[in-house]
Amino acid sequence: MSYTFTVSPDFSPNYLAGWYIFNTWLQIQTGEAIHLELYDDFQAQRTAIQANQIDLIYANPFDAAMLVREKGFLPLVKAEGISDEAIIAVNANNPVEDVAQLPTGIRVAVTEDPDVHMIGMIMLEVGDLDASNIQTCFCNNHILIVKNLIQDKADVGIFLAKAFDDLSNLTKKQLKILVRSQISVIHHSLMIGPKLAERQTEIQALLLSMNNDDKGKNVLNSLGFNAWAKVEDEEMEFMIDLMDTLII
Amino acid sequence: MLQDMQLENIVGEYKEAILNLYGSTPRKIYYTEIETPYPDGKLIVSTTDKAGIITHVNQSFVEMSGYREEELINAPHSILRHPDMPSVAFKDLWDTVNKGEKWQGIVKNLRKDGGYYWVKATVIPNIRNGQVVGYTSVRRKPSRTKVNECIQLYPTLF
Repeated sequence: MSYTFTVSPDFSPNYLAGWYIFNTWLQIQTGEAIHLELYDDFQAQRTAIQANQIDLIYANPFDAAMLVREKGFLPLVKAEGISDEAIIAVNANNPVEDVAQLPTGIRVAVTEDPDVHMIGMIMLEVGDLDASNIQTCFCNNHILIVKNLIQDKADVGIFLAKAFDDLSNLTKKQLKILVRSQISVIHHSLMIGPKLAERQTEIQALLLSMNNDDKGKNVLNSLGFNAWAKVEDEEMEFMIDLMDTLII
Repeated sequence: MLQDMQLENIVGEYKEAILNLYGSTPRKIYYTEIETPYPDGKLIVSTTDKAGIITHVNQSFVEMSGYREEELINAPHSILRHPDMPSVAFKDLWDTVNKGEKWQGIVKNLRKDGGYYWVKATVIPNIRNGQVVGYTSVRRKPSRTKVNECIQLYPTLF
């Protein structure tokens, strides 16, 4: 029997090869044939999930409720020490220093990443801004958000904090951070579907011990972190409840 | 059961009030006009059991309330109740979450030192295996416009 693994489409292109290497590691460790299927956008991925075509997923927290409560997925692990945070930034020449000073009608550049978009919108609420009184410009990646800000085609950019932090110093000098989220408890999670559910504990153990040998460590490094951390069922339920309070 | 506030914890000029909290004996509180601004980018998170007793708080909750974590765990959530908040707001909260729905509102919270902070609060019931086992409350920074509206509105609701 073959299984399908997918990754939230907001993963950094820097780690594309890493996910293929991880998938190979997973196949060797579990002894199962696992195919890595990457989708161009969240909608295509959700369609596949709804059609029960996915058995393992590194999921965006925005999709966790649907995966757990509608499709019977179980949590396995999260990247240790990594949470999803967002940054609101403007062009460095913009005189605005605080989100509360932003006027209605501004052009907001954002990627399709749903949890970063959500966190960003929550931070814009402080300025009485919401989807009804801003112009949202969806960009394929964070580099295009930067371009829009620098070329004055957008007034505000919402970034995944890590993506912003990884920009070159030269680029960051042309931008100004208005606010950075410090939420800590919203994170992507590796989750397992109903067909593999009975192997949850076993696969979880494999993943948690992955950083104990050099080969596993190298695979983790190719994904941009050092170890997996366990996600208990109740921790996942807590995050789902938290997301529920935040979805506007 | 909530204890009266302690005068030695109060910072600045204060007033005194007695709060009649649901399910509790009257509580003497002291409150000041000192506002603590809500920090940018942070969420205050807590969970309670079905009776509104705090079971979990995050670090932002501890920092903003002024209480230590051990003082908050097992205390009623009404430890934050400010005398300027009309009880009708909390009745609406409980009526809403008891129907299994999400409640949102702008709330003025009382700190341990007698000061206050405004939040935009969202409360949802935690449903496990079809049963409500408690509530999660998440507070975020409110817009000043919304706060000013509430400063006008709330005194009319007593």
